[in-house]
Amino acid sequence: MSDRPQQPHPADRPDDGPTRRDVIGLSTAALGGAGVCALSVPFLDSLRGPHAATSGDAVQNAVVDVDVSDLAPGGQKTVLWQSFPVSIQRRTPAMIAALSAPELIAQLRDPNSSVLQQPHDAVNAHRSLNADYGVFITICTHLGCIPNLRDLPNLPASGGFFCPCHGSQFDGAGRVLRDMPAPYNLPVPPMHYLSPTVIRLGESKADPHFNIASIQQI
Amino acid sequence: MTQPSSSNTNATGWLTRRLPFLAPLHRHMTQFPMPPVNGWWGLGACLIVALCLMGLSGLFLALNYTPDSQQAFSAIEEIQRRVPSGWLIRSIHTTGATMLFAALYLHVGRGLWYGSYKAPRELVWLSGLVLLLLFMITAFAGYVLPWGQMSYWGATVITHAVEAIPAIGKPLINVLLGGEGLGTIALHRFFVLHFALGFIVLAIVGLHVVFLHGVGSSNPTADSPQPVTQTRPFSPYYISKDGVLVCVFLLIYAGLLFFLPDWIEKTSNIIPANPLKTPSDITPEWYLAPFYAMLRAVPSRLGGLIVAAFSVLVLFALPWLDRSPRHNATYRPTIRLGMTLVFIAFITLGAAGVHSPTTLWLWLSRVGLIVWFGVFLILLPLTAQRERRLARSPQEGSQS
Repeated sequence: MSDRPQQPHPADRPDDGPTRRDVIGLSTAALGGAGVCALSVPFLDSLRGPHAATSGDAVQNAVVDVDVSDLAPGGQKTVLWQSFPVSIQRRTPAMIAALSAPELIAQLRDPNSSVLQQPHDAVNAHRSLNADYGVFITICTHLGCIPNLRDLPNLPASGGFFCPCHGSQFDGAGRVLRDMPAPYNLPVPPMHYLSPTVIRLGESKADPHFNIASIQQI
Repeated sequence: MTQPSSSNTNATGWLTRRLPFLAPLHRHMTQFPMPPVNGWWGLGACLIVALCLMGLSGLFLALNYTPDSQQAFSAIEEIQRRVPSGWLIRSIHTTGATMLFAALYLHVGRGLWYGSYKAPRELVWLSGLVLLLLFMITAFAGYVLPWGQMSYWGATVITHAVEAIPAIGKPLINVLLGGEGLGTIALHRFFVLHFALGFIVLAIVGLHVVFLHGVGSSNPTADSPQPVTQTRPFSPYYISKDGVLVCVFLLIYAGLLFFLPDWIEKTSNIIPANPLKTPSDITPEWYLAPFYAMLRAVPSRLGGLIVAAFSVLVLFALPWLDRSPRHNATYRPTIRLGMTLVFIAFITLGAAGVHSPTTLWLWLSRVGLIVWFGVFLILLPLTAQRERRLARSPQEGSQS
């Protein structure tokens, strides 16, 4: 090979369209690009996380049994189910009656629970299996904060929730008021009663295919 | 060399006017004049590729790693078994260490053989040696992280060796370990050290390349009977040449990664660290073995450390120990012999480092050390002196 600059190869002359060198360069770049894409596969794959293979079934079947015999009328407690906070409140007859008050219903965004935020068996005036207990996942449907217990002002006391983040207000059945940042009612977990005072969270008898992951907003 | 036109209205011109360093950067990547260098000059490109792969795989490993003495080992197991493709990413990282050091030692060896350390490339050489030291520290810190038996006991041995340094040894180790024995605090520090050094090394590699581009690559034909002074632009000539070598490098990398993963990882590091039981034979990874052999070759704790440290420090002095105008060992008979001996000594020390310290290996490492220092401190300066005398008065040389 001489050390002088060589005449371009006849096929490399740029006067008529793409040259041989263009083809070689483009093929090399394409093959290199394909290699980089192939290399990125394991890295992107790893981002699915260590539990990618096992998530789903195991979590879906997780149930929690809660004994509510210690709740006095009006009493409330919070338990953890599938890493969601679940509020269980025992209602007084006055609270149950307040849930149907016309002045309250008039102010609700979705009084009849038409949006899928609960299993079928909780689509009723009190959004629960049994009117005596209100069971809700207390995750605000706005941006995920946890609302506190607080009665709605200037309305019959039905219980209720107030979100400290952006001020969303819900009634004692987890129904959101109109003109609040939160768009939907609080989710109701699938549940049934093992005995009058033991709740099993995670399984709905009336709605066995209910999947908490498929509701409108959690 | 044409300046990119400032009247350029396309996106490149728009950027170039706002980022004036882009034009010289582009010129250096395309038109940088290259002497007729051979394939050994492609190792730098291989090292940059290896370093990028180490950084990438390291970041993704860090996502799933916990620097806690109770959790580190199981975090690695989880990466190997649970994280999707985690085994592959970890293999890229562990095999990458081997590939990086292999290329690094060959790269340094090329510099020694072809005299790349000489004026005006002193800064390239010195920054490269700093990188060599930082790579060794990074590799050591990284090896502690899986918290297996070899991690734990390797860290124990090395921290005790460093403690032997008078005055500063103990405080230094105290700071490194956080005032306790090897535990979570120390492991957390090793993790941060390893992580931070990765980026520091990357920055110094940038500096190393800038230093090189300031003075240009050395010419392996300069001392030959027919020197070639014609240079060629980096693009396309040496981009293609480096590209081919990088492909070969990646093929070997992939071969090790997919077909010989067990050859890299020591089985005793798949046992969780046990502070109550030392493994029956402690050997470092092959790339630190030569220096480990130096530690053991001297029957004194501090002496071994001094010798191992000086074996690298002596390289820092090479540009001033060898001030001969000649570069290429191929055309310097005594240096050709000397450098060959140095390479053999390094390999012998490496072999000694991965074997139990029997009498034979101890003496072989001692001979290796004598050769190492003898060549660098005696043969090289004397030869350089003679060659400088010859260069001043060529007749005197031909008469003698």
